[in-house]
Order: sequence, then structure tokens, then C-alpha cells
Amino acid sequence: MRHLLPALLLLLAALPATAAAPADGSRVPLPAIDAGPGEQCVEPVEFMRRNHMELILHQRDETVHRSIRTKRYSLRNCINCHAVDAGGQPVSLDDPEHFCVSCHRYAAVKPDCFQCHSGEPEPGVPGVVGAGAWSRGLAANASRGVKP
Amino acid sequence: MSEQPIDRYRRRLLGGAVAAGTLTLAPGLFLHRLAEAKPDADPVTSIIRWGLLVDTNRCASNCTACVDACRDEHGWTGHDRPRSDAQWIRKVELRDPATGREVSLPMMCQHCAKPPCVDVCPTGASFKRADGIVLVDKHICIGCRYCMLACPYKARSFIHEELSHQKPYSPRGKGTVEGCTLCVHRIDVGQEPACVEACTADGRGALLFGDLNDPKSAIYQALAEHPSTQVRADLNLDLGVRYRGL
Amino acid sequence: MKRTRYLEIGTSSGYLLLLAVLGVLVAGGAGAAWFMEHQGHHVTGMDNQVAWGMPHVFAVFLIVAASGALNVASIGSVFAKVEYKPLARLSGLLAIALLAGGLAILVLDLGRPDRLIVAMTNYNFKSIFAWNIFLYNGFFLIVAIYLWTLMDPSVAKYGKRIGLLAIGWRLVLTTGTGSIFGFLVARQAYDAAILAPYFIVLSLAFGMAAFILVMLVAFNGSGRTLGGALLGRLRNLLGVFIAIALLVVTTYYLTNLYAAEHQATVRMILLDGGSVTTTFWIGQVLLGSLIPLGLIYHPLFRDSRPALASASVLVVLGGLATMYVIIIGGQSVPLVLFPGMEVSSSFFDGSFNPYAPSLPEMALGLGGGALALLLVALGVRVLPFLPDALPDTAAD
Repeated sequence: MRHLLPALLLLLAALPATAAAPADGSRVPLPAIDAGPGEQCVEPVEFMRRNHMELILHQRDETVHRSIRTKRYSLRNCINCHAVDAGGQPVSLDDPEHFCVSCHRYAAVKPDCFQCHSGEPEPGVPGVVGAGAWSRGLAANASRGVKP
Repeated sequence: MSEQPIDRYRRRLLGGAVAAGTLTLAPGLFLHRLAEAKPDADPVTSIIRWGLLVDTNRCASNCTACVDACRDEHGWTGHDRPRSDAQWIRKVELRDPATGREVSLPMMCQHCAKPPCVDVCPTGASFKRADGIVLVDKHICIGCRYCMLACPYKARSFIHEELSHQKPYSPRGKGTVEGCTLCVHRIDVGQEPACVEACTADGRGALLFGDLNDPKSAIYQALAEHPSTQVRADLNLDLGVRYRGL
Repeated sequence: MKRTRYLEIGTSSGYLLLLAVLGVLVAGGAGAAWFMEHQGHHVTGMDNQVAWGMPHVFAVFLIVAASGALNVASIGSVFAKVEYKPLARLSGLLAIALLAGGLAILVLDLGRPDRLIVAMTNYNFKSIFAWNIFLYNGFFLIVAIYLWTLMDPSVAKYGKRIGLLAIGWRLVLTTGTGSIFGFLVARQAYDAAILAPYFIVLSLAFGMAAFILVMLVAFNGSGRTLGGALLGRLRNLLGVFIAIALLVVTTYYLTNLYAAEHQATVRMILLDGGSVTTTFWIGQVLLGSLIPLGLIYHPLFRDSRPALASASVLVVLGGLATMYVIIIGGQSVPLVLFPGMEVSSSFFDGSFNPYAPSLPEMALGLGGGALALLLVALGVRVLPFLPDALPDTAAD
């Protein structure tokens, strides 16, 4: 029994299936996050990592009940920008490298979004976004077929 | 003092802008085109009440343009299981056994002002938006299906299987209840519901959409001019969908 | 009067067998719920026409019976009939267990049972369902406190007051359960205020039958004496409750028959409703009411325990049949949108809606019932719910 926990930890460490190999020599496996095209998110990355769900949750109620359809914090805006690969192609939810999926699998937190929301960008509109520099960068990148 | 955005929106709606966007279809009947989209940041208000007028005289029994358009728009294609597949809108055929007179009409959520589905919903997932549109907030729907028992119009469907590749503007998922949204995603950006657009383009223009509260709107004037009925008017639910020729 | 001693029951092989059987049924129910949630409800017999099926038949039966199971405790404490007092503990335990079993079914049948927390944090106070969430939780709490006053002498003095609260609460609870259907103004078969008192009468009969069965099994299984005098009283009460329920259901259909508006509905349920009609006449009326009345009142079966047990089993089965007729029958009858017109559509407007329960639904329902009995079986093992003997002298 005493050896169970270390054994489990060892097992976890040996299972980097969905986690990229540590690149910087760190022994901690990290999720393979591809942030998608564009230069910056609607809020600083650090803030988004911790609070994206609060923003989405708030926006969700505002949109459904009061019809407030500002794009900045909408799930569709997240998806349109993040669920796109380097070639500007949509990334499916079945793909372990889907932006939301990769990190949520790593953190073992199941989001309750994708039972109903498709999780894929709207066809023909990769990155319908509001932020100026961001959308310009995205458009430029998309046309060149590269990601930052 | 600066004007609030909501005031500007209100003034625009109540002003001539809406009336200017109507298209004459037939004498006394107009196709109502929304002139203005609602600003994204503004909440809906009860100044407007969206409604629909169905002219059954113009509705052909073999025509399913509205149903097809709704299915395409929202993606409720089904699984070849007619009893459990969703139907947001359906064509109902009526026949008077005494006279043999036949009537065909589309039946969907009637967007009641006093909706029984909203009364019975334990979590408040079934709700009425300020502009009169009755919706299901699928985020808090627990799938108890009490609204399906309460609805007099059979307007609600339960999603019986896992779904994927939903339309981005029309999220749907297993275990929740759904129904006609009056195409809120289109109305909010100044478009008509998909069924109305299809009926005008491919049908015989039997559907008229507009603001029941606006005396200048085509639907208001059509209702003021001609007799119309509410289905199961005895329940006194004050419906958003009205019928002519029943 | 002799002071009653209460004792936990021992662990016999029969007891272990009972636990094993109930455990298998509970596991079957859990497995069925898991299967239904993962596949979606298309694997059940429920659809967009009959949205509530067999799980609701079992769940509503158990919830209604839970309220009635408190009969004996209520008679003992509130109406000061001391002879019933020794059974009050078992009565309270059974009430809690039946309610828990019924609620487990209801919750596991939800489209999104993972969102139970939403149901506990978002309330629409106009919804009878939301009121019922409070009524059920309150029932658990009040009966638990009542049991405490029965088992702990230091708080026994509050017993009468909490018992009074319990009887009031259970009447409101059953009214609330009946109102789930009674308030559905749109449905031709529901929308009747009589459904609330009907449910109260049904609860008295179902609860009494469930109590008699559990009591007989518990006393027999643990080899304890059970006097005939008290059984005789319970038998008479059960008979009266069945008769009243039959009277109310007759009234319900007769009043509906008088209104031209409802005649088609009554005809469908009583004559043309396929499985609903069969279930009504064979299940509810014959097996669930007439035969039990014969077993209870015919002089041939006087003081016969097997006859009483059989009558109770039949009342339980008839109770399930009654719920089937109310819940399934009420949805099978088509909604009348256009009175006097012939109606048809791709969504089955105007036609009678057939329903056939699927295996997972039955397993979930049986699992809930088994869960209730399992809770009782475990309860009487770990706490002194059962008198060590209840001879007739104790009831004098």
C-alpha cells in the first residue's frame, strides 16, 4: 500500500500520450497547446488561463437571456480563433491538439461546453474577432498560411 | 447629457425606419423586413414583442419549405426514428369532417406571453425573453421533460442521442429539451426567421413576421384589419403566433 | 401496558440472501441508468410523444407510497392510538426509504443527471417541481427528526409536535405530487383538481400495503412474534383505503364522461387504449382493487396472513398499474389543438401514442424499488427499529 502512490505517479509520468515531451529539460510534461493564429488574446494570457471560464460563463447568460452578442468574450469568438491550425484549417474536437481539448485533457477537467457547442470554427470565417491588432495579425497570418 | 444607446435603439425602432423596410406582397399584406439590427451590446427589451402571422389560405398542403428551412438552419436532421427525432416545426393537416374543408398549416412554438413551459420548469431553463421569444437555456436544462408535458402545442422535443457538428449559432445536445427559437440568432442581427424567408422565397408567402407591439408594423396592421385566431385560445395564453383562415 | 423493547435483527443466511438479491437489482438499476445516459434516451421506450415512461411510473408510485407508509406512525402518535406506537419506527424508516428509492429513479432518468447541482441551485418558484424538491427534502428532515424523538428518550417530549408536523407535511407532499399532473392545463387527461386528493387516497392504500408487506417479512424473517389483533386493524384500514381509491377513480371518470370535451379521452383510456386499457381494467381495477377487497373482507380469509400478504402484493402491483394508466395513458391521448377537426402530421398529431417500456427502463424502476427495500433491510440491522416481539397483549 505504501508503494502504491509512487507507483501511480511513475505510471502517470510514463504516459505522455497527450502531453508533449518536455522541451526545456524540465521533467514535467506539458500539454501540447497550439494557441492558434493571431498575436494576442482578448485579455492577457495569464488572466485568460485562470479566468476564461468566468468570462464565458458570464457571457453565456448575457447572450442567452438578454441577447447581448458582443464578440469579445463569446465562446464562438474563442473557437473561431483558437480551433484553427497553422494552415488556417479548422481543428475538430476529436483532435487531441484542439486548443480546448488538449489543455482540458491535461488538467483532467471536463468542460460542459461541447455536448451542445460544436467546438469548430464557423465555416469560412476563421477568426471573426473584435480586437484590432489581433484580427489584423490573424488575417495576415491566415493569408500567409503560417502561425505566429 | 449624452443619449443612452438603448434610447437610440428605441427611437429608431419606433420611428419610421421599420416601416420603410416593408415590401408589398399583396394588397393589405406586407413582407416585413427588419430595417435595423439590434446593437450587439444592448439587451432585448419588452418594447418589442416578436410575432408571426400564418395565413393558412396561402399555405399549400404539399409545401414544406418552412420545415425544410428550419431543419437546415438548425440542423435537426434526425436519426430515422420518427417517434424520438426532434421536430421544431411541422405541417399539420386539418379536415373538417362535417364539410370536408381542408386546411394546412405549420405548427411550432407559439411563443406564449404566459407560457406553461416556463411556469413548470424547475430550474428556470425554460424562459421568456423580454421580447416575447420563449427559449430553453440548455445550460441549465436538466432534461426532466416536464415542459414537454405542459406544452399544449407539442412544440418541444427532447434530444435522445449524442450529437456532433452542431451549427455554431444553434447549439443542441443530448439530454436537453429544445424547440423553435424563432431564430433569435437571425432576429438579433436584423434578419427574419429562416421559415419566413423560405416561405416567401419558395412558398406562397404565408408567413408574416414582425413586432406585435408596433402599430406601424405590417403584422400589427394585418392583425388589426383581418380576423385571426390563436390556437387553443381557451387557455388564454396570449400567443405570439396567430393564424388566419382557420 | 408492557414496555416495548426494540432490537436490531441478526444476520441469518436468509437475511444475507435478501441483501444479495436486492443488491443485484440495485446494481441492475444503476447499470441501466448508466446505459441510458451514455446512449441517450433513444434506447428507452420514451419518445417525444410519451416523454415520461416506466421510470416515472415506478418513481411516482414509490414517492406516493412513501407518504402513505407514514400512516402507522401518524396513527400512533398524532391520534394517540398506543397500539400502533411500537411500529412507528419501522413506519418512519420505510417512508424515508421509499422516498429515497423513488427520487433515485427520477434523478437517474433525467436527461442530464450530472446537472443535479443545477436543480439544487436554480429554482423557479412557480414550478410545482421546484416546490416538490423542497417538500421531499423537508420530508426527509422531518421524518428523520421524528425517528430521533422516537429513539432517544431525552427528546421524546417533542415527539407529538414533530409527529403532527410530519402528518401535515406528508399531506402537502402528496398534494404536490398529484399537482404535478393536476396542473397540466393543456392535457385532456390531467388538468383536474381531483388528482391531488386522488393521490392522497392512493398514498394511503399503497403505503399501507407496502408497510404490511415489510412488517410481515421483517417479523417472520427474524422469528419475532406478531399478534393478530394489530394485523386485523391494519387489514381493515387497507380495505377502506382501497375502497375509497376506487370511489375516487370512478368519480374522476364519471365527471369527465359528463363533459363532451373529455369523452374522447375517457373512451381512449377505458376502451380503445390498448395496453393502457388492459392495464386499467386488469391491473388497476381487478388485480389492484377487487381481488384485494375480496381477500380482505371475505369471511373465508378472515385472519389469514397469506391472504393479507397476497392482498398487499396485489395492491402494490395495482398501484404500479394505476400510475401507468395516469402517466402513460395521459400522454397517449393526443393533445386536442383543433376541436372537432380531423388532424394529422408527421409529428403524430391527432393519433393515439403507443408506448412499450424497454428493458433498461424496467431495470431502473425495479432498481429503485430494490434500493428502498435494501435501505430498510440495512436499517433494521444496524439500528433498533423493530420491536423484539409484538404479541396481542402489548396492543391491549
